[in-house]
Amino acid sequence: MLKEKDKIFPNIHGFQERSLKGVMARGGWVDTKAIIARGPEEIIKTIQDSGLRGRGGAGFPTGLKWSFMPKSTDKPKYLVINADESEPGTCKDREILRHEPHSLLEGCLLAGIAMGCSAAYIYIRGEYVREREQLEIAIFEAYEKGFIGKNACKSGISFDVYSHHGAGAYICGEETALLESLEGRKGMPRMKPPFPAGAGLYGCPTTVNNVESIAVVPTILKRGSSWFSSLGRKNNHGTKLFAISGHINSPCVVEEEMSISLRDLIDKHCGGVIGGWNNLKAVIPGGASVPLIPKSVCDDALMDFDWLKEQRSGLGTAAVIVMDQSTDIIKAIWRLSKFYKHESCGQCTPCREGTGWMMRIMERLVKGDASVDEIDMLIEITKQVEGHTICALGDAAAWPIQGLIRHFRNEVEDRIMNYSKRKTVEAAE
Amino acid sequence: MLRRLSVNQPEEFSFSKTNLKWAKAQLKKYPKGRQASAVIPLLWKAQEQEGWVSKPAIEFVANFLDMPEIRVLEVATFYFMFHLKPVGSKAHFQVCGTTPCMLRGSESLIDICKARINGKQHAPSADGSMSWEEVECLGGCVNAPVVQIGSDYFEDLDKVSFEKLISDVESNKSPVPGSRVGRFSSEPSNMTKKYSRKKSSSENASIERYRG
Repeated sequence: MLKEKDKIFPNIHGFQERSLKGVMARGGWVDTKAIIARGPEEIIKTIQDSGLRGRGGAGFPTGLKWSFMPKSTDKPKYLVINADESEPGTCKDREILRHEPHSLLEGCLLAGIAMGCSAAYIYIRGEYVREREQLEIAIFEAYEKGFIGKNACKSGISFDVYSHHGAGAYICGEETALLESLEGRKGMPRMKPPFPAGAGLYGCPTTVNNVESIAVVPTILKRGSSWFSSLGRKNNHGTKLFAISGHINSPCVVEEEMSISLRDLIDKHCGGVIGGWNNLKAVIPGGASVPLIPKSVCDDALMDFDWLKEQRSGLGTAAVIVMDQSTDIIKAIWRLSKFYKHESCGQCTPCREGTGWMMRIMERLVKGDASVDEIDMLIEITKQVEGHTICALGDAAAWPIQGLIRHFRNEVEDRIMNYSKRKTVEAAE
Repeated sequence: MLRRLSVNQPEEFSFSKTNLKWAKAQLKKYPKGRQASAVIPLLWKAQEQEGWVSKPAIEFVANFLDMPEIRVLEVATFYFMFHLKPVGSKAHFQVCGTTPCMLRGSESLIDICKARINGKQHAPSADGSMSWEEVECLGGCVNAPVVQIGSDYFEDLDKVSFEKLISDVESNKSPVPGSRVGRFSSEPSNMTKKYSRKKSSSENASIERYRG
């Protein structure tokens, strides 16, 4: 289990003092000026050496992403924080925003200065109203103390942080859709290239990072890259916030070491699977868009990017959705298909139409009202959508279904058989 | 998804004095000439003021931000949090129905909505005081099932506590948001007790903000 002293977010549940005084007693905004004085190259190098991978789902190395920002440009540069947390299962950033907002703000300043940005925009999902209010209080406190704003932390550098919000669109979690939305338009993803580092917000160089990726930055810079990289397996370093929901005795958000085993995570923090480990059916290990893994894989699953990728799943946002034997797994995945159909922005035809087709076939599979051939037809549709859209929503809609068929094809076939058997009996009567 | 404006529209809309001041301050967040960025926050403020987004409100915001009306209309119809017709005067229950909440019983909450409010989503109860809709993931999955009313999350619900929540709204009590099983925020249940004596605040940040 992760030691208390290695936790980056000691107050993630909000039990401790949340005022600025409490934050500073825990090490927030301490030595920030000295870290800025190390210089941008040094900051980026430390983050690269630490092996920090983006916490928003894709797991792209954060330091490397920062290094893509152009050094010399006459345009302003922006840091945009993606706090549009909407991946089903994921609720970790909510806890940072309301209970550890200063770690995010300090991270914004350090990351922003490292990349030469003039301002950071924090884009929060519209539903998180109270969380936004809490963040805005923290921004006000930080301005008042001179931590951000003109001459931030007495570094001589001016850096602003603004909060901004959406209004209920999952797609705005995609970085270019987020930028569109921030510019006051519908959240429809942009074609890449140009990548945001070249032309992002208002056509200026922009880096978009997840809340957690930025909130861990101050601690890494304070404690050193070797401390961070000493945690977790090779290429999967540091600590991670896990949100574990579904059929467990005690659902929760916890910070743990990367590469912790799934079983430890569930047994030690969540009071175990309801009805015991053997009652487990399957787990979606990284938020709705990654394929599920059945119990046989869960038995020795390690919660990190590479291990789960080897199992053709993924760590995603580390939102673990646990399903026990009582779960109608076909229905559980159908509900995700419904989610993606609802959230498709409608820009690309394969996704706009495909998500509807997938949902409707899944709807019939829940009842069993289909022919066995349609399972392959469904897989064919997922392949037609996957990789044929501007953004990854199409892929995200396809993968859960592919995971279902890969691991639970028998169950789907059984249901079709039972349904047709029942129909035959009914007809005979 | 096709979303249209309501057929019944008010004559006019304008921001209250406080909201107008707030709106002007918002513009300072964005670079010069980029005031269109404020369109979502402004529409949201309009909805907070009136309960829904009307056509005059859309026109007002377009005018205020110097944007073509169609651009604001696009935004209002694209984002699902904007109500394009009036909702229940006391409360609009937004029940999360996505898988993590479904696994923990959100379907039974929806059944209760159908029985007590209206058989259909987005349609008001008989006296017009309540309405409901099934929404997609609210991002409170470890506190599932979750229902949002206005700005607040009601968490860890079950049939009994949800029935009570509706009754409280009906009888004009203002129910306190947060967990219905006595949790502080999103901690594992064994921590709730362990930290209860050490905690510096009696409520989590979201509830504190609700208190104002």
